[in-house]
Amino acid sequence: MAFIEVKGITKKFGGLTAVDNVDFEIEQGKITAIIGPNGAGKSTFFNLINGFHKPTSGRVFFEGRDITKLPVHLGARLGIARTFQTTHLFEQSTVIDNVIVGHRLRTKSKLFDAVFRTKREKQEEHNAYQKAMESLEFVGMEKIAQVPVSTITQEEKKRLAIALALATDPKVMFLDEPAAGINPDETEGLAQLMKKLAASGITICTIEHKMQMIMGMADKIMVLNQGAKIAEGTPNEIKNNPVVIEAYLGGEPIAEAN
Amino acid sequence: MGKILNQRTVIAVLVIFALVFPLIYADNRYVLHVMTIGFIFAISVYGMNLIAGFTGQLSLAHAGFFAIGAYTLGILTTRNEMNFWLALLLAVLLTSAAGLVLGLIALRTKEHFFAIYTLIVGYLIYLLIDKWDGLTGGVRGLIGIPIPDPIGPLTFESATSMYYLVLAFLLLSIFISVRIVRSLTGRTYIAIRNSEELAQTLGINTRINKLVSFVISVAYAGLAGALYASLTRFIGPDVASTNMVFNFLMYLIVGGIGTLSGPLVGTMLFIWLEQFLRSYQEYHLLIFGPILVLMVIFFPTGIVGGFYKIKAKLQHKKLPKESKYFNPVPEKSTEK
Amino acid sequence: MELFLQQVFNGLTLGSVYTLVAIGLTLVFGILHIPNFAHGALYLIGGYVTLVVMQSTGVHYFIAILASILVVAALGVLMERLVFNPLRNSPPIHDKIAAIGLVLFFEALVQLIWGTEYQRMITPFDNNISIAGVSMTSQRILVIVVAVVTVFLLTLFLKKTMIGASIMAMAQNREGAFLVGINANAVAMMTFAISGALAALAASLASPINLVFPAMGHLVILKAFVVVIIGGMGSIPGAIVAGLLLGMTESMGATYISNDYKDMIAFLLLIVIMTVRPKGLFAKGVY
Repeated sequence: MAFIEVKGITKKFGGLTAVDNVDFEIEQGKITAIIGPNGAGKSTFFNLINGFHKPTSGRVFFEGRDITKLPVHLGARLGIARTFQTTHLFEQSTVIDNVIVGHRLRTKSKLFDAVFRTKREKQEEHNAYQKAMESLEFVGMEKIAQVPVSTITQEEKKRLAIALALATDPKVMFLDEPAAGINPDETEGLAQLMKKLAASGITICTIEHKMQMIMGMADKIMVLNQGAKIAEGTPNEIKNNPVVIEAYLGGEPIAEAN
Repeated sequence: MGKILNQRTVIAVLVIFALVFPLIYADNRYVLHVMTIGFIFAISVYGMNLIAGFTGQLSLAHAGFFAIGAYTLGILTTRNEMNFWLALLLAVLLTSAAGLVLGLIALRTKEHFFAIYTLIVGYLIYLLIDKWDGLTGGVRGLIGIPIPDPIGPLTFESATSMYYLVLAFLLLSIFISVRIVRSLTGRTYIAIRNSEELAQTLGINTRINKLVSFVISVAYAGLAGALYASLTRFIGPDVASTNMVFNFLMYLIVGGIGTLSGPLVGTMLFIWLEQFLRSYQEYHLLIFGPILVLMVIFFPTGIVGGFYKIKAKLQHKKLPKESKYFNPVPEKSTEK
Repeated sequence: MELFLQQVFNGLTLGSVYTLVAIGLTLVFGILHIPNFAHGALYLIGGYVTLVVMQSTGVHYFIAILASILVVAALGVLMERLVFNPLRNSPPIHDKIAAIGLVLFFEALVQLIWGTEYQRMITPFDNNISIAGVSMTSQRILVIVVAVVTVFLLTLFLKKTMIGASIMAMAQNREGAFLVGINANAVAMMTFAISGALAALAASLASPINLVFPAMGHLVILKAFVVVIIGGMGSIPGAIVAGLLLGMTESMGATYISNDYKDMIAFLLLIVIMTVRPKGLFAKGVY
């Protein structure tokens, strides 16, 4: 049984086919990358697995279970986390305050607990805080936990988004261009973080444009072009795949393109 | 810790002030009446704050729900001669039920559509009250709504006793608001306001949470409406008018949307401003309208939000210190 | 049958007014994503300016309308520059609140300047004429004719001119329009100008039938919102169809159901539609 299995998935918006009959598998504990030119359907592909979009046809399985029609929040509870290209952080609030809510899905306190501040509420608040702190430590931000988000750097915001996803106790994390808009040094740090996540047992699936980064860490790469899968394999196979070179870079070898 | 003590002191001073206020103005029914009305409106504004300020859904139907609360109490106590307290309870429950039904439908729409939808539902409630003569008395309104029935030795005949009764409800409303906002549930609401998509990927059922938050906020409006009916003894369709909800919104924005003390600050400020500008009748809106516009452009978090922003700037030099095990949502962090 | 024809005709008149107001609203909504609650204030001021210009200078009704159109279009541009433009990056809740502030201000202003009385607007078109057994004032015919001509000219403008094409491009795809380098400021101002002009025209046409008073914008604006949502945000054909539909429904409802409850028809219609289709009847698939 594959960890995540996508079978013949297609998504059409009106007349436009954003994702075209894609079969794909994601292996547990590995780093999988999806690359492709702008508008290749990468984010849509994420949204299909994630549940934001319902596919026109095809199915998605998570640990053998059909999650094609599962609402987003229930997917999260199964252990599917994701980040967005633009992180919607709560700028005026502190770093830790942004992360605490990430553990909300593992708590049960309801309105009643809130109003009467029950034992459960207090205990779960404590747990959520602990979890948030652990997540921040994992991404190396525990020292600035009490700082307002509006004052931290772009790179720290990217890490924060990962910490937030981490607080949900995920089995798999979908990262949508985690390294966009940050400099090469920071990109290296982020790559390390992703490897650390994978090493800790969390499956990583990422969309990324920074080829060097991807080639250096991905176990498997899928290439999308105009919604269709045109190649799949190890970084080496992808690098030397003539179809990919043709479609993706107009003939230039990928390794030099970054 | 110092900050919290400080905050507690401020709250304690305010509560004591509110408690002794009637002793200072014991002979001045007018002043007490205005204060009491202010408290009632503040309850309603706290309700709007919960859904608009914390959960991020601008509901413009709140005057309609205020009116449902007012008319339910009015009709039950005058036509059915029901006990006031039972009628009050039913008024809140019925308003909440109406809110639940509307919420189930209206919350399927988003952002602008939700605001327009609720504005129109609010107007429809106004039209219904205005036209449904047999039930509501139409434009003539309902008169002779009784004061609250005595509870044992406690009677509510004097302006002072009504003042204390409403104050008690206000404190309860604020207390519940604070508890909700500073809980995991409150964090959930704020996450939804921040980004519904992100909240969903964090495993939050946005539909249920928005609905619950909407129903509570409507219950606040219903409670405020019922108290209003009993205080003024007379209600007309105007309580459901769009101007009413626009007023609530103005109090909320100027006080500080998404802050815990904003509703009270904004409401009390405007209630008294309106009294001072009374001789200018409706023309006070010539000033209030532009104030509202200027506030959202330059001080989108209102007086309270602005205050915390300045305070945060002053404190920013201090390095982050060891936090308590749980960091409550500071007010400055609750702005949009 | 005559009664029915009469109602069809009234429905057309009513629908023409709704359509004119709704087109302005839908353009602003579609292009700038602002539900301009202050649109009713533009309508209100449009009515008063026409009335006052006629009363004070004695000029012809048409000239007064022209003056009103210019004044209110300018006011629309001012609104955009001073209020909505500074708020373009704010959370969506803010522009709605600002619009409400504008409504409160303008209504108070109108009351201050022109008082709270209901006023009649007397035009050269209050004579009765009779066509096919249906009798009506020529004002009503004027409403329909002007509305048709205006919509025709507006469509021409939007299709044939550069700025018009930009407006339509933005109404259909805001981000895309930015990418191809459309001057967003110019488009925003132009949209508000058109929106204000249409509101002034609609108010000036409807006032001789409906009187002029400070609350005259309330119902019209709410109904225009109904039209915009039914017709689809940013869609002019949608606004025309939905505007006429609403006018007809109301006119028929007032006659055959209840005059008292005729104003509720629009709102009930909307509630039913939004319950079934949360983004309106003709909403595009992707928002």
